[in-house]
Amino acid sequence: MNLRAQEGSKAGPLALYGTPVVSRLFVGTAGYPSPQVLSEAVKASQAEIVTVSLRRETAGGRMGGQFLDLVSALGVKLLPNTAGCRTPRDAIATAEMARELFGTDWVKLEVIANDDTLQPDVFGLVEAAKALVSSGFKVFPYTTEDLSVAERLLAAGCQVIMPWGAPIGTGRGLANKQALMTLRAYFPGVPLVVDAGIGAPSHAAEAMELGYDAVLLNTAIAKATDPVGMARAFSIAVKAGRIGYEAGLMNPRDMAVPSTPVAGTPFFDIE
Amino acid sequence: MMVTVNGKRVETSAQSLEELIAEQALSDQRIATALNGQFVAADARVGTRLKDGDKVEIVSPRQGG
Repeated sequence: MNLRAQEGSKAGPLALYGTPVVSRLFVGTAGYPSPQVLSEAVKASQAEIVTVSLRRETAGGRMGGQFLDLVSALGVKLLPNTAGCRTPRDAIATAEMARELFGTDWVKLEVIANDDTLQPDVFGLVEAAKALVSSGFKVFPYTTEDLSVAERLLAAGCQVIMPWGAPIGTGRGLANKQALMTLRAYFPGVPLVVDAGIGAPSHAAEAMELGYDAVLLNTAIAKATDPVGMARAFSIAVKAGRIGYEAGLMNPRDMAVPSTPVAGTPFFDIE
Repeated sequence: MMVTVNGKRVETSAQSLEELIAEQALSDQRIATALNGQFVAADARVGTRLKDGDKVEIVSPRQGG
């Protein structure tokens, strides 16, 4: 089967849980050199969906309110995460706190299995997804590229699947491209977002060329020498990759094929 | 009594979660709370009684990926 030419959700604009989304680049808000650079980078990225989180507030602390004011001024849709949660119970409670604080029922669900790889605990993920969907959440699960897990997440009521490209923060790109292609081919109508592991604009373009509906990244922009410039680069790369996908990529061949016509080649003797 | 607030043991005279938040000087802040691992909505804090050994989480918005 030629997975490259599979359909994906090629036709029509992207909608996530019924919300139309124009920009196919989602960005995180962590690790920027300053709040000012964060604001400028998000604007340069043209992202409409921005991830945020929750952390413990110290006695008398004011950090949370200041950050909320900053991101609220960006005019974007917030996608709170459950980063760092190790159990479904923690993730569910974190999602509920996020819903109250950020005023959204969207949640990027993370249940982490391992501190070194930050790989999802897919069993806990499915369990938490079921509970959150039944509580009215619109769940964006951060998962692996495993097809059977994706099936269970969809059965749990998730309408978006977000497989990793590579472990969070590694910037290694699409570590298991074949599995991502299989996932795309198998779920042509499901919004699929590559989340994590994207290190360069070319990685983002590659994900889009595979027919992924969007990419979500943070570190590659935040830790660039010039985060605002890198945000612009990712914005262009995501658009280019999507246009390329919609235009239909050629199929790779094993052998060379001349692009210039052979017929009429000078000095070429047929006999 | 002793309770744990955000992972630290704290001596408190607060009877409710609402009072504990006031004690922590966070009443006017954008925060959310959990008690012993369960979410407690803002409007339920007044009626949420504390007991010795309770574990309280008080969180606020932060940067995230």
